[in-house]
Amino acid sequence: MATEKNLKHDELIHIGPEMAVAEADVMPVETGRFVHGTSLWRDAWRRLLKNKLAVVGLVVVVIVTISSIVGPTLIKRIFGFTPDYIPSHDPRLTQSFPPFTGPDGEFSWAHPMGTDNAGRDQLARVLQGGQISLFVGILSTFVSLLIGVSYGAIAGYVGGRVDNVMMRIVDVLYSLPYVIVVIVLLSMFRSQTPRGQLILLFIAIGSVSWLTMARIVRGQVLSLKNQEFVLAARATGVSNTRIIFRHLVPNTLGPLIVYATLTIPQIMLTEAFLSFLGFGVQAPLASWGSLASDGIQNIAIFPWQLIFPGVTMALTLFSLNFLGDGLRDALDPQMRRV
Amino acid sequence: MLRFIVRRLLVTIPTILVVISITWVLIKLAPGNFYSGEKPLPAAVEKIIREKYGLDKPWYQQYGKTMWSIVRHLDFGTSLRYQGQSVNTIIKRSLPVSAAVGLLAYLLALIVGITVGSIAALKQNSKWDYGSMALAMLGISVPNFVLGPILVLIFSLELYWLPPSRWGGFPSLNLVLPVLTLSAIYMAYIARLTRAGMLEVLRSDYIRTARAKGLSERDVVIRHALRGGLMPVISYTGPALAFLLTGTVVVERIFALPGLGNYFIQASLNRDEPLIIGIVAFIAITLLLMNLLVDIAYAYLDPRVRYQ
Amino acid sequence: MTSNGNLLEVKNLSTYFETDDGIVKAVDDISFQLKRGETLGIVGESGSGKSVTNLSIIRLVPNPPGKIVSGQVFFNGSDLLLLSNEAVRKIRGRRIAMIFQDPMTSLNPFMKISRQLMEMTELHLGHNRAQARAHAIRMLETVGIPDAEARADSYPHEFSGGMRQRVMIAMALSCEPELLIADEPTTALDVTIQAQILELIKKLKGKTGTSVILITHDLGVVAGMTDHVIVMYAGKIFERAPTTELFSRPGNPYTKGLLRSVPDPTAEQGKLYQIPGLPPDVANLKPGCPFAERCDYTQDICRCEFPPFVQLNADHYSLCHFAREVYSESGGTLV
Repeated sequence: MATEKNLKHDELIHIGPEMAVAEADVMPVETGRFVHGTSLWRDAWRRLLKNKLAVVGLVVVVIVTISSIVGPTLIKRIFGFTPDYIPSHDPRLTQSFPPFTGPDGEFSWAHPMGTDNAGRDQLARVLQGGQISLFVGILSTFVSLLIGVSYGAIAGYVGGRVDNVMMRIVDVLYSLPYVIVVIVLLSMFRSQTPRGQLILLFIAIGSVSWLTMARIVRGQVLSLKNQEFVLAARATGVSNTRIIFRHLVPNTLGPLIVYATLTIPQIMLTEAFLSFLGFGVQAPLASWGSLASDGIQNIAIFPWQLIFPGVTMALTLFSLNFLGDGLRDALDPQMRRV
Repeated sequence: MLRFIVRRLLVTIPTILVVISITWVLIKLAPGNFYSGEKPLPAAVEKIIREKYGLDKPWYQQYGKTMWSIVRHLDFGTSLRYQGQSVNTIIKRSLPVSAAVGLLAYLLALIVGITVGSIAALKQNSKWDYGSMALAMLGISVPNFVLGPILVLIFSLELYWLPPSRWGGFPSLNLVLPVLTLSAIYMAYIARLTRAGMLEVLRSDYIRTARAKGLSERDVVIRHALRGGLMPVISYTGPALAFLLTGTVVVERIFALPGLGNYFIQASLNRDEPLIIGIVAFIAITLLLMNLLVDIAYAYLDPRVRYQ
Repeated sequence: MTSNGNLLEVKNLSTYFETDDGIVKAVDDISFQLKRGETLGIVGESGSGKSVTNLSIIRLVPNPPGKIVSGQVFFNGSDLLLLSNEAVRKIRGRRIAMIFQDPMTSLNPFMKISRQLMEMTELHLGHNRAQARAHAIRMLETVGIPDAEARADSYPHEFSGGMRQRVMIAMALSCEPELLIADEPTTALDVTIQAQILELIKKLKGKTGTSVILITHDLGVVAGMTDHVIVMYAGKIFERAPTTELFSRPGNPYTKGLLRSVPDPTAEQGKLYQIPGLPPDVANLKPGCPFAERCDYTQDICRCEFPPFVQLNADHYSLCHFAREVYSESGGTLV
């Protein structure tokens, strides 16, 4: 008996995360239609590709991401501008030019998005803004995912008193007007360096967004906890940690991905408006939010200073949202759309 | 139900105190202070200032004093920056501004959002449906600090239809752009929520029964579907109000409105401790109360919900 | 009043659904009649098309993705499928009423029971508030809701499953319809409650003379309640006969299989019989008889040619290449 247990032990873990999925592969569904052996993910991917809007969104997001990453370097190579380069050697150039215009009003390829009041190239700045916004968005989401998932999974799995206490804490934290507290936090602890400020931003944003993640995961774990495959794993002696992280968590991936796709744009917006208000990214770094804030000053005379960062941001968020919608539909067509 | 309300109210109080305490701690921990400017003050002057405002006392005394006057008299003290003005007065003065913009914005969002969303659900997959949902997507994606200035650009600076900024009292044309800017994202969100909610309800069995009874489609929708379909919108109101708050902050900045949000930002930048705490406490109370109201409304509207 | 004394006559009705996997022929060319005052049972497994048939009769098929592609449904002589939406609405609830399978989800959870009942008579009979309410309470009493006056203002979730179904029946019979369609009215209920509900339907039918179409997958239900039975499979009618005839002298292998599947409490402990295989994929039907793969009598012809609808008796029809043989085997005398 003991040796048999050990044998099955490994097999079980190996097919552990897929066990809930494999059910669909192995057993025909009662409607009389035989399910072709596809995994949940392949099915979802297929559905996603069918959704044209989502595909367009995906393409745009990829384009924006790539441009943000390589753009500034390319521009430096071709034109010699960095996002914070001020052409202080020539007073004629330290002013705001409209797109594609040179110092004498002639057509020029140098600044497709124009320049700001100090002569800095807008395109480079917008791309840097993209770097920062996407960076903050994705990384913060990732961090809050890590914290939220662990917290929620443990709370849900252990249950009982521990779960109660953990969720009480979440409830209290949830009811705090967190943006207010975040603003206080950021205004109090302004860092000297732009890098430092970015890190503060991470901490501030990330420390709040994990709450909902934790709630979702906990809910999922609670409902999965008593399903048969968990009992089976337990019966063969799989350790608790393993059960949580190898078996339960992968099965919560669906709603998690969905929530993550909602969170990234939200975080990007939060970072943007914090920077807009002056609490986020500091000069000389440029974030879309801070660019917009600068741009508003001169909106009457140099509208392109606001319009380009604004439109780029809107476009990116637009695409992210379509992609998110598409992912939601693909992963669970029955789910309520918001 | 009554017990539920009372219990919630009771829980609110310690929560507020926790919020205030956390804020207080953050302010105290922060480097810098409200009186420093470009040049460091002479030590003697600084000592006098610190004595005057009780900043030389040990931290637990300061904490105790602050909390006591709050709990006892609801007195949040005097603003450190705005000489002589009590925090309570400032809040009283700026609240109507924020409230007017915020409530109008949400009301507009509800009216437009629910209507558009319902029609989209009823005419699923039609041009109206696709069009309005695309527009809604746009509304969610364009940040309010981009939308606002663009609206100003078009309607004030180019067309001269509306004043660009500043508070003009209530009601006045000055309200139009701020309210529109603030409401846009909620309009979009509510439209999508309504559509999703209505679609789900329209698929349900009891709607099939209603149709089998011979009711006209109009009666089916209005009498049977709407109630259930709007539930998600009601539950959204809670978090929406929280977001509305942050939106107000941005809008007040853009349009230079003397509201709570603007004062809050200024206070944060100025390290104006009493004012910060006062506004934070006020906002926290409002949020908690609003959430309670939403929960009550939900229980009232859905007879299956019963709180103990 | 009607043609041949038939209250309802369905002719060549076909309802198809457009899905991602192709066109599903939920109901394919079926015909049957219902005489005034009779109870007709429609029996079949899930997916056989029995529910869709009834939704088609009152034109409640969700569109998209469903569509009634052809056929006629004569109710009291007029074809329901040709009527305008307005006209059909007037018939729904008033002259043809329907009750559904799951009373928990079929009643509006946000509306008081009284309101839901009053709606019917206010709409169809022109009652005012007071009349409608009095009528509603009367109906609730008729279906056996205790303390009807007080409980009328409750919400659906405050009733038990059996009570809810009684409320549905009360609602359906409010306007004294000529035809009641009951779509698996007892499937979601406990066995003891099932019996009560069926008794109730029987009693009410006796009182008001309503004709009833009873849809179910449970042969036991059919045995006690119906005059005629239709057996459906894969969207087609496989057998049609008076109830007693069907049970004692089935003329179709599928019916025989169904009858065999009903466990006999008096039989010795042995293996429970189950018709082998699963119902076919109605979106991709192979040529020939849909039941061929699972049938005990299958021959080559069954797999290639669609079976004929054979008349075995005055009132007994069967869709099978070997209908006559099967019928004789069961002890029937051919005509």
